[in-house]
Amino acid sequence: MVNLKPSDKSILKGMRVSPGEAPEASVSSEGDDHDEFPAEDLVFDVSALSVFYGQFRAVRDVNMLIKRNEITALIGPSGCGKSTVLRSFNRMNDLIPTARVEGNLLYRGVDLYDERVDPVEVRRRIGMVFQKPNPFPKSVYDNVAYGPRVAGRKRGLDDVVENSLRKAALWDEVKDRLRESAIGLSGGQQQRLSIARAIAVDPEVLLMDEPCSALDPIATSRIEELMEEIKDEYTILIVTHNMQQAARVSDRTAFFSVEVDESSDRRTGLLIEYATTDKLFSNPDDERTENYITGRFG
Amino acid sequence: MAFTTIGDTNAARRVEDEIFRQGRDLKGSGFRVLVFAALGLSILILLVLLGQVLNDGWSVLSERFGDFWSGTLRSRSEDEKLGISQGLVGSFWIAVFVGVLAFPIGISAAIYLEEYAPQNWITKTLDIAIRNLAGVPSVVYGLLGLFLFVKLANDGQSSLYAGGITLAILVLPIVVITSAEAIRAVPSSLRESAYGVGATKWDVVRSQVLPFAAPGILTGTLLSLSRAVGEAAPLILVGAITGRLAPRDGSFLTLDQFDDRFTAMPIVIVGWVQESGRDDGFAAAAGAAIVVLLGLVIIMNSVAVLLRNYFEKKRG
Repeated sequence: MVNLKPSDKSILKGMRVSPGEAPEASVSSEGDDHDEFPAEDLVFDVSALSVFYGQFRAVRDVNMLIKRNEITALIGPSGCGKSTVLRSFNRMNDLIPTARVEGNLLYRGVDLYDERVDPVEVRRRIGMVFQKPNPFPKSVYDNVAYGPRVAGRKRGLDDVVENSLRKAALWDEVKDRLRESAIGLSGGQQQRLSIARAIAVDPEVLLMDEPCSALDPIATSRIEELMEEIKDEYTILIVTHNMQQAARVSDRTAFFSVEVDESSDRRTGLLIEYATTDKLFSNPDDERTENYITGRFG
Repeated sequence: MAFTTIGDTNAARRVEDEIFRQGRDLKGSGFRVLVFAALGLSILILLVLLGQVLNDGWSVLSERFGDFWSGTLRSRSEDEKLGISQGLVGSFWIAVFVGVLAFPIGISAAIYLEEYAPQNWITKTLDIAIRNLAGVPSVVYGLLGLFLFVKLANDGQSSLYAGGITLAILVLPIVVITSAEAIRAVPSSLRESAYGVGATKWDVVRSQVLPFAAPGILTGTLLSLSRAVGEAAPLILVGAITGRLAPRDGSFLTLDQFDDRFTAMPIVIVGWVQESGRDDGFAAAAGAAIVVLLGLVIIMNSVAVLLRNYFEKKRG
């Protein structure tokens, strides 16, 4: 169980000082649901993270450890800030002028919000797939080749495009229409194209913001299968409204909820519980989690 | 059979009573007539105007169009060399000035405002200021041009470039506003997905925002060109000639005319309308010149529409 509190951070600090020894990133808790993994598998280390829009704190107290080659699901009711948190993982919130982050968000030991960090480089390593399939109004080929091109790559694009489309399980459907506009693809195909476009720059992490919410059940299950297939190569974080989806695909689940300030009617999201998916859905520690997953609220 | 029905005509009649059209939607019909009348009136006025100028200028257009096109400003309307070539040359160069100055500067300013400027009160004030500038009467721009480009820069001597630059400044705010609006209409999802695969700001502007906004920018700028070509008031102030112009052959490409006195199509028209009190024949010439100018403007606007359709289709 990875219910990390700020006080537990001493373990991680020690880990970062001597990565060669590969100590266990062990976040212990009461009980036998013990979960340990080696330090080199730790991709993100989030502690005491808050995201602000101007003066307004949209999310607070996010503490999470994200493990490599796992699928981590972020669930919770509307307005709980799960998308906001997801978008802070690759500095997408930078595009909103008033957005600001407090606390620690370490990617492989480096503070993503250090002023020396180049957000463009961050987004090449930590790719994103959005809620609505949003292909560029260009050909299928140019969509996939866009990322490598802006990264300065000129040669071998044919291979990159083919490999990315194969990984996204789209190659067979589009190999004869690579030069046609991507706008003509179906919604499910467009979303797999978005995934191909994201993995074409060879990222380590894929952030998926409700990638199936605009798709029909068949297209949804294709995306879910695809996530299973590629998780050996990528670390995946997925925001989803669909609890069954989180239960089906993810290894760990973070449950977010909303607090409403009675005086100002402002809503602040917060992380309630973060655990392995099995535990969170079968035996949650927090009553609010249980109420949500059993459908009593949200 | 799963279930049977018993004929009940009364039930059907009750449903009929409820869902059949009941009377007419008077308010809706009235509104429809009203908006149609507004459209009809606008078109009617335009048609009457067009008919009027065509009627006035028909004798000139039908009998001596070639001579009229290549002729020059004359003091008598019976002069067979009377024509609009100098006006065409002036308007051509004014269009070139607008295209070379107002388009790149205006589009660039719009890109800065929409993509780079920080969202603060300075930017907001600038935005409002530009909108107000677009509404400033054109004579005021004429005064500005008269002071800057005639009095200060050219010793009180009017010149073609004074007219060209003045009109470029006149349409600049319009170019900025229409371009900014076209850029604002670019879906944010397009920007986000480009940033999401590691594009820089420059990549996003160059490869996503500008291609998507191109049709809108193009339409706005070409319409502003039509506006510039049709303006008379600022040109009168910066000293465009309504009377006789030193005999030049009306060639489009001699560059030494930039420093010289000039005229333009709207000015030619104004001049001839004034002359028509003294000499009836000028009324026909003015009508013919108006038809030519209208024709040119319509061609430019049609090109704008065609280009927009082409780029929109290409955009997919």
